[in-house]
Amino acid sequence: MSASSQWHVATVVDAPRITRTARAVTLSVPGFSGALAGQHVDLRLTAADGYQAVRSYSLTAVGADERVDVLVDRVPGGEVSTYLVDDLRVGDQMEVRGPLGGYFVWRPDDAGAVLLVAGGSGLAPLLAMLRARRKIGSTAPFRLVYSVRTPDDVFFPDELDGGASDVEVALVFTRTTPARWPRPAARLGKDDLVAPGFDAADGPTVFVCGSTGFVETVAGLVTELGHDPARVRTERFGGA
Amino acid sequence: MATHDPAALDGNALAGQLAFLGSPDVTSLVLRCATCGRTDVVARVRAYVTAMGSVARCVACDAVLVVAVEQPGGTLVAMPGASWVARS
Repeated sequence: MSASSQWHVATVVDAPRITRTARAVTLSVPGFSGALAGQHVDLRLTAADGYQAVRSYSLTAVGADERVDVLVDRVPGGEVSTYLVDDLRVGDQMEVRGPLGGYFVWRPDDAGAVLLVAGGSGLAPLLAMLRARRKIGSTAPFRLVYSVRTPDDVFFPDELDGGASDVEVALVFTRTTPARWPRPAARLGKDDLVAPGFDAADGPTVFVCGSTGFVETVAGLVTELGHDPARVRTERFGGA
Repeated sequence: MATHDPAALDGNALAGQLAFLGSPDVTSLVLRCATCGRTDVVARVRAYVTAMGSVARCVACDAVLVVAVEQPGGTLVAMPGASWVARS
């Protein structure tokens, strides 16, 4: 059996709250190695009575072995996410299986243009791609379109501030915008997905991550815009 | 068939449960639907994941492609609706 199919003991080493509903959780996981940007892990929690629950979480950073960084956003009524966001403490233990997945992955030697489209906490695996790109000094053209409800829901706003990097970041607010924001609050549409260098004719790889509804909508829009379905990679998250 | 089921995930969610099958990565394996002939990577199937196990369905015709059942002794995987699986 490969190391990716084994459960590894993990210890929480950091878990700061980053928005009203989310925490960035860092785990120390001996035996965990070789993760690629876009991959995920399964987390297994075991209660005192033996009850177990497993959930998948995308890695938000790669490159450091024996370390797992994930973003946990509370899903209303979600048993595991609620526990992780409200009750998790540094020093707590759980189990980790991974790294997992080879389809929704950006490889550092790919110099082609990349269009990232995130809905809410679907930012997580795309953030790992942005961080990996920056870490290795890749010049692959990247553009991130990030859909959130309100300004308070933006994860890692300082890191995503376009002024600090050569990555284009377009925030799409669906309910409330910051003051004097040029685009009114509205659901993500075709216009939000069009930009020089990242259009269908440019042939970018498109990574879409979000809830099932978000991914279905965006996959439909990019197909209508003429992107080759073979270059559109999607990942739906459930949470709970 | 453009069904939109908010409870459905995709084959990426099966990666952990099927990781014991080996191959470097299960989600990049190619499956052929025995019912309609659609051929695509595991990552693109429609997946229903529960604590007891998972069901993967064809996104084109909804046929059941893969069933995985979690048991105390390990995971059982059946592929009743796949005519074959291949490494891409």
